[in-house]
Amino acid sequence: MPLPGIATLDVTENTMILNMGPQHPSTHGVLRLLLEIDGETVVRMVPDIGYLHTGIEKTCEAKFYQQVVVLTDRIDYLCPMTNNLCYVLAVEKLLGMEIPPRAQWMRVMLNELTRIASHLVWLGTHALDIGAMTVFLYCFREREEILRIFEMVSGQRMMTSYFRVGGLAMDAPLGFFEKVKKFVDIFPSRVDEYEGLLTGNRIWIERLKGVGHLSAEDAIALGMTGPALRASGVDWDLRRDIPYTGYENFKFKVPVSQDGDVWARYVGRVRELRESIGIVKQALEGMPEGRIKADAPKVVLPDREKMKTQMEALIYHFKIVTEGFTVPAGEVYQAIESPRGEMGYYIMSDGTAKPYRVHMRSPSYANLQALNKMCEGRLIADVVAAIGSIDIVLGEIDR
Amino acid sequence: MSLSPTVTDLAQLKDRPAVARLMAWKSEAVQGAKFDRDELSIYVGRDLIREACALLQSDAATKFNFLSDITCVDLYPSEPRFEICYHLLSHTRKERVRLKVKLAGDDPSVESITSVWSGANFFEREIFDLFGIRFLNHPNLRRILMPDDWEGHPLRKDYPVEGYR
Repeated sequence: MPLPGIATLDVTENTMILNMGPQHPSTHGVLRLLLEIDGETVVRMVPDIGYLHTGIEKTCEAKFYQQVVVLTDRIDYLCPMTNNLCYVLAVEKLLGMEIPPRAQWMRVMLNELTRIASHLVWLGTHALDIGAMTVFLYCFREREEILRIFEMVSGQRMMTSYFRVGGLAMDAPLGFFEKVKKFVDIFPSRVDEYEGLLTGNRIWIERLKGVGHLSAEDAIALGMTGPALRASGVDWDLRRDIPYTGYENFKFKVPVSQDGDVWARYVGRVRELRESIGIVKQALEGMPEGRIKADAPKVVLPDREKMKTQMEALIYHFKIVTEGFTVPAGEVYQAIESPRGEMGYYIMSDGTAKPYRVHMRSPSYANLQALNKMCEGRLIADVVAAIGSIDIVLGEIDR
Repeated sequence: MSLSPTVTDLAQLKDRPAVARLMAWKSEAVQGAKFDRDELSIYVGRDLIREACALLQSDAATKFNFLSDITCVDLYPSEPRFEICYHLLSHTRKERVRLKVKLAGDDPSVESITSVWSGANFFEREIFDLFGIRFLNHPNLRRILMPDDWEGHPLRKDYPVEGYR
């Protein structure tokens, strides 16, 4: 039996197949690429995925609604909060639920911190792939700060599972906002440091400019979303255009470039870093007081203090934990702007306590299709730059 | 908690651009429509889905220029067993629509829309892999997530959770 993918490549006399990955360090996980090359030039590329497939969509069908939150972290391990948010928004839409403002603002703030953390991993590894090793250490220094903030609020550094259907798991602990404030104050100068290392660097410019070009028409046809779509000249950001969880209250710019190359994607993401920290700052300054959970005792777990004093709260707690909560039958598609693009959850409910079908539209999965277009006729070394520029996470591609 | 009631009456929904445009094109194309939780779903005839997508993509009144997602639901054991959901998005009108196609369990096949949006390629391969739906005229209909020699389609409801013994 031929190797997967090879059968579809009919090699001519002048070309050969080069197997890149799944253990290649610059494939960001376990992506395997079959490159048909003519000398150093890539003629065609076939991505081979599925090495991390764990059947999360199937697993979701066997879990209560609140248990699925834990699974959503594992899809995209670089932006857990974004996945949590998208899932809980979808379930809240199914339930028709109103979320208190404080919970919404906390969600926005943590989401933007997640975006920064995710972009920092992208910037560090992208630079590492291309040979600028110092940036990696700089980026992980700030990412560590964000992970400490996550640990403070949720008890976990990576698999946070902090958002709940109906609000948040618990309110922010003492000293949390001060810690975020400290980070907000220091971060813009740190972005200057990364830019100082890269933006004017001649090798960096030579490796990025004009590489991996993708036109706006191709990007739309191929289902591209996120910073890579905006780098191709399409002015589209779900946070601004179809706002969710209170993004309409925040002011931010959406960086768009007409160049469509790896350089444009780099510049766009770095500008997003600055915009995101601005949103965190606005959220800190305007953080409303009040409840962090919706008033829905059959869906939202009661507070600890109430459970110790009120019989009713204890009964609700017992019922939600053992039986879950039922969701009226119907279907929704909820999409949000993840650091990589449009993260969407399609959930169908049949009226029971477990989802009938959960589908995750992961941005990396669709973005990966554009890779062939970016690399055709380019050198093998440019493939590495192009992979880095679309910022894929194999966890969410394979699910 | 408040949910407004679902509207399934086609007469009430015929003013929506997507429904109106499809009805004006071919009245048999629209088999039904549903407006629930601020989301519009239109049931489209199986043989017309590719042309319906092309129409909604190019038409000046609808401008659904972007394909967000394609997915599938297995309604086993009821018939028609499969529902394919196409989530379209309009960048200019900032609106979404969901097209749905019903497929019978004994003949789960539908025409591919890769000629309308080339990005449909991976989505359709995923559905082929996990549900066993055949997409006609697809350029490269192979398994994508599961190994090539895998038996069965894991996301079907009659697929044993512990695998075939």
